[in-house]
Amino acid sequence: MGQTIAEKIFAAHRRDTPTPDNAVLNLDVVLAHEITTPIAINDLVARGMDRVFDSAKIKAVIDHVTPSKDSKTATQGKILRDWARRHQIKDFFDIGANGVCHALFPEKGFIRPGYTVIMGDSHTCTHGAFGAFAAGVGTTDLEVGILKGVCSFRRPETIKMAITGKLADGVYAKDVILFIIKTLTVNGATDKILEFVGPVVDAMSMEARMTLCNMAIEAGATCGICLPDRTTAAYLWPFIQGDYASVDAAVADFRQWHSDPDAGYASTMALDISGLEPQVTYGFKPDEVKDVTTMAGTRVDQVYIGSCTNGRIEDLREAARILAGRRIAATVRGILSPATPKVYVRALEEGIIKTFMEAGFCVTNPTCGACLGMSNGVLAAGEVCASTTNRNFNGRMGKGGMVHLMSPATAAATAVAGVITDPRPCLRQAKEAKL
Amino acid sequence: MKKFGGPAFVLDRSDINTDEIIPARYLTENSKEALAPHLLEDLNLDGFDPRDEKLRQARAIVTRGNFGCGSSREHAVWVFEKNNIDLVVAESFARIFRQNMFNCGMLAVELPKEDIDAIIALGPDLTLAVDLEKNVLMAQGSHKASFAFALNPFDRELVRAGGWLAFADAHY
Repeated sequence: MGQTIAEKIFAAHRRDTPTPDNAVLNLDVVLAHEITTPIAINDLVARGMDRVFDSAKIKAVIDHVTPSKDSKTATQGKILRDWARRHQIKDFFDIGANGVCHALFPEKGFIRPGYTVIMGDSHTCTHGAFGAFAAGVGTTDLEVGILKGVCSFRRPETIKMAITGKLADGVYAKDVILFIIKTLTVNGATDKILEFVGPVVDAMSMEARMTLCNMAIEAGATCGICLPDRTTAAYLWPFIQGDYASVDAAVADFRQWHSDPDAGYASTMALDISGLEPQVTYGFKPDEVKDVTTMAGTRVDQVYIGSCTNGRIEDLREAARILAGRRIAATVRGILSPATPKVYVRALEEGIIKTFMEAGFCVTNPTCGACLGMSNGVLAAGEVCASTTNRNFNGRMGKGGMVHLMSPATAAATAVAGVITDPRPCLRQAKEAKL
Repeated sequence: MKKFGGPAFVLDRSDINTDEIIPARYLTENSKEALAPHLLEDLNLDGFDPRDEKLRQARAIVTRGNFGCGSSREHAVWVFEKNNIDLVVAESFARIFRQNMFNCGMLAVELPKEDIDAIIALGPDLTLAVDLEKNVLMAQGSHKASFAFALNPFDRELVRAGGWLAFADAHY
């Protein structure tokens, strides 16, 4: 029988097979941020094991609370910074160069097809968009990764998710993944890998594929994964041009990772997304999802556009299409956090930042901040936020606060109206005005 | 091997996430001990009080499906550990939380819904004990009952070794 992409990556990285159901894999990249890494560093120091397996394979960023907001977050940053210097980790990103990890690291070309990647962050599954096996892990796994360059996983069973149809204007990868999570439920993919295939995925940009894979964890999945193709090669070209004679050659090489036609899957699901409406969450679980038209009219106090899910340039562009020439409601606080410095500069160049600011948005530096209620937009009890982030857990963005997850376009339309709003009429108007 | 069990506390809800177990606002702590007072502080469960004396006395948790979903934060495991709870019995776990438990040498036991129902039916004065040689969980409440469970052999190795760091340092 053939192999899935995940099985091929496991086979190429297998260091040990402690039982038939478990694999210890060699790691290509270990990613680190200042929230989950400092305790690992302190523990390694305390044990007299303050070493790194390969400083070139470790990438670190201060992103969750940056600039630091108090002594505790300053200390976390300092522990990571000192460690990066001590071990000569040259790919370390601090103030001025830092951004949300799962947007920043792909932008730097660190993630390649066939790679194994771990990070002490559940949204590490984002990097599967590049045809990598990328999994969020806890601090102990991270610690062992840093020290030994290995991580253990169970046998990679895969759910194949074939997505067909055509996305309507105003409907995005975010809506597709919210609908998938609703379909699978929050533990429908636990211990599984979600392999996204089909014409809809083939037509998606890398940014959209990252949004799709980013929320695989919200269905319990170990990793989301897309098959690396010409879009992947074109995105990575500045970083791989020394390795390949042409983009065609890279595309041909990437094909080695594609799942075989006779590969075995735990299950296969077919999803036709033609006619899919923009999706919005309503409860405290990411599988509590409804069509925007059902949710329309729900009052919000804050609109947040950013994060590893939807803080990339395409996301900002789509929101700006709606915000151009409009003002957000007087009752709404609008916050934009471009995910990386590169996204920020690009948005400045394209006039997108001006559009947001003229609409009444506050623009913050790149940071995770508000998404998990740590800084830059924490909610008060009883407040409601329309957010392009990934989790609507009770109190996620602030104790007693309510979060509705949605696409950047839906968030922008909601900011203008002050209540949850279907972005499609706004987008039609914008299109007609252009014509 | 380490002994697991003792007085147990029931959290009768599915999908209890890591933000409920330890909210992100405490992730700025750089010591595990500092987490201890904040166990389950944001849990959304009718009648639950995080200051409940029974929770403070507990050595084990009994709960429903998909326990520990959400964030990868190992803080959600350490906050139990620092409250002397090193056994969680659930219908199912989120992958990262389960792995974090075993990586810390703690025990995550999965039982079918009927067994969890039966354990909860034993009433609030519940004590659990684990026989790791026989893979049996003994529960004592209004009466006694025992439940067989399966344990991944590698996870058992991690418990035996006292966690993944010790295992990995010895093997790789």
